[in-house]
Amino acid sequence: MKLSLGPILYFWPREQVLDFYKQVAEWPLDIVYLGEVICSKRRLLKPDDWLAIAEALTAAGKEVVLSTLTLVEAESELLAMRRAIENGQYLVEANDMAAVQMAAGKVPFVAGPHLNIYNCESLTQMFKAGATRWVMPVELSNETLQALLNGCPSGLETEVFAYGRLPLAFSARCFTARNEGLPKDDCQLRCGDYADGVVMRSQEEEDFLVINGIQTQSATTSSLLDALPEMVAMGVDVLRLSPQSRNMAEVVEIFYEVLDGELSVKAGTKSLKKIANGELSNGFWYGKSGMDWHVEAVAEGHG
Amino acid sequence: MANKVELVCPAGSFPALRAAVDNGADAVYMGFRDATNARNFPGLNFDERTARQGIEYAHQRGAKVLLALNTYPQPQSWAIWEAAVDKAAALGVDALILADFGLMAYAARTHPQLRLHLSVQGSATSAEAIAFYRERFNIQRVVLPRVLSLSQVKRVINNTDVEVETFAFGSLCVMVEGRCYLSSYATGESPNTCGACSPAKSVRWEETPHGRNVRLNGVLIDSYKADDSAGYPVLCKGRFLVNGKLGYALEEPTSLSVLDILPQLIEAGVSAIKVEGRQRSPAYVAQVTRVLRQALDAAQANPAGYTPRRDWVAQLDKVAEGSTHTLGALERNWQ
Repeated sequence: MKLSLGPILYFWPREQVLDFYKQVAEWPLDIVYLGEVICSKRRLLKPDDWLAIAEALTAAGKEVVLSTLTLVEAESELLAMRRAIENGQYLVEANDMAAVQMAAGKVPFVAGPHLNIYNCESLTQMFKAGATRWVMPVELSNETLQALLNGCPSGLETEVFAYGRLPLAFSARCFTARNEGLPKDDCQLRCGDYADGVVMRSQEEEDFLVINGIQTQSATTSSLLDALPEMVAMGVDVLRLSPQSRNMAEVVEIFYEVLDGELSVKAGTKSLKKIANGELSNGFWYGKSGMDWHVEAVAEGHG
Repeated sequence: MANKVELVCPAGSFPALRAAVDNGADAVYMGFRDATNARNFPGLNFDERTARQGIEYAHQRGAKVLLALNTYPQPQSWAIWEAAVDKAAALGVDALILADFGLMAYAARTHPQLRLHLSVQGSATSAEAIAFYRERFNIQRVVLPRVLSLSQVKRVINNTDVEVETFAFGSLCVMVEGRCYLSSYATGESPNTCGACSPAKSVRWEETPHGRNVRLNGVLIDSYKADDSAGYPVLCKGRFLVNGKLGYALEEPTSLSVLDILPQLIEAGVSAIKVEGRQRSPAYVAQVTRVLRQALDAAQANPAGYTPRRDWVAQLDKVAEGSTHTLGALERNWQ
């Protein structure tokens, strides 16, 4: 089982990003996904900056994948996407069918978590188009994944989003700008003020969702650490950990140690609870509401 | 008339289908009574017998019937979706509206003569994405997600030979269709998996001394004072706290209406405009179809002289969510 680091979903200052990936080079990760996948207005890092990071991470022994934008609207976004896909060196992650179309038959690609692959026929289509790995949509359950793996073309790796606030929705509207009273065209990049997004609470002050520009995330942090033994048995190839602004090194370490058998699932989960943003959730994996925390699974067995 | 734009109206039931056809719809769209379509609500949709009746009624009056199979089948229940494709083909529908490219592969392979439309749930927002479906499955039409501005819609049309259908009126999805898991995050059921958003069985209303609360699987979505009008609690249109401020954090209850820009949409080259609302009443369908038929005819006959009539606007606002309308993403300011 390999560990991957997903793309940074938030808008961090340039120095913070550069510093973050300097640390990432030292972490026990196999794969690192790089690039802006949320909003094309976030341009503190130029394509060359990303390539420099990619080079350093490759030198540190990581497999680098360039991730592409999820919601594509403007011509300029398509051009940037094409440049990323034709980079000639690194694998790319397609998060939209436009990216799949650009890569299909030309370069291998990772079929990202937003392509809506829900069945074996879709998996086969992606495989035929040149996918070498696919990432399961976050709302699918262990039962569906097992059925998919039974019908999965051989030679196609399976990756599961195993830690982080869940990417739940995308919109033409920028909700960060909206809640700051600004139009999107004059957003002043206010999403940069929120290193882990801004929490949206119910009127009872219960954390519910997180606003991250045009993206809506869960307020809970999804953790499938408890399902790790199950995923190993199923033959999942890669676990994706999605960056948070603090304690990410510890998160990686916990997953690595549990995989390695040095740390129990129970102890690992206990530690994650202390450093995760918001409560932990794992409901999607067990076929329930995504926001649920299915406790039995953690209490039993693998501890 | 050259380049006639098709008016596509919702048929959630046989009476709604009749209302649409009788009031001037060029085509109606409907779904089977199960999770294979994105309006899987109790009491809605068609079994095989009523579907046959509906198709006959529409065809006798020159209207087309499009069948929506626009949810995403999972391996455990794949056979139901395959059977639905076969059933639709046997019934003689004029086109299938599909979202899942796996199911599309099946349909194209098994029924090559059957016309395929890419559903809005397929999330194709660019000519490149559309080309993926065109080249592999020979789709004839795409329904665009409600995320593009008018100029972006134009650019898509200019760069594809696939017909483009856009939404004209009805409840507004704030998120890119087909990529929204908010409902399953809260309730376990989403449009993609079950054909339901904020499903009724998860909704609970409670009267409190401070007003009327509405919960979705326990989460407080909104709270209404005695004289507030309370709509259906779709979770993206509730009131929440952001940085301590209470408001419609994502979107107000409102409906999309393109009445103001119909000539521009026609000029952009749309092939069809669509009315949302298979879950709405036959009276709604009749009202909206009647108004849009008149508006579309007027805008095509004399685009330069077109202005939306005040009675049209009033009639549509009466049946709109929140009794108000917006151009949504078609207008940059909304974004």
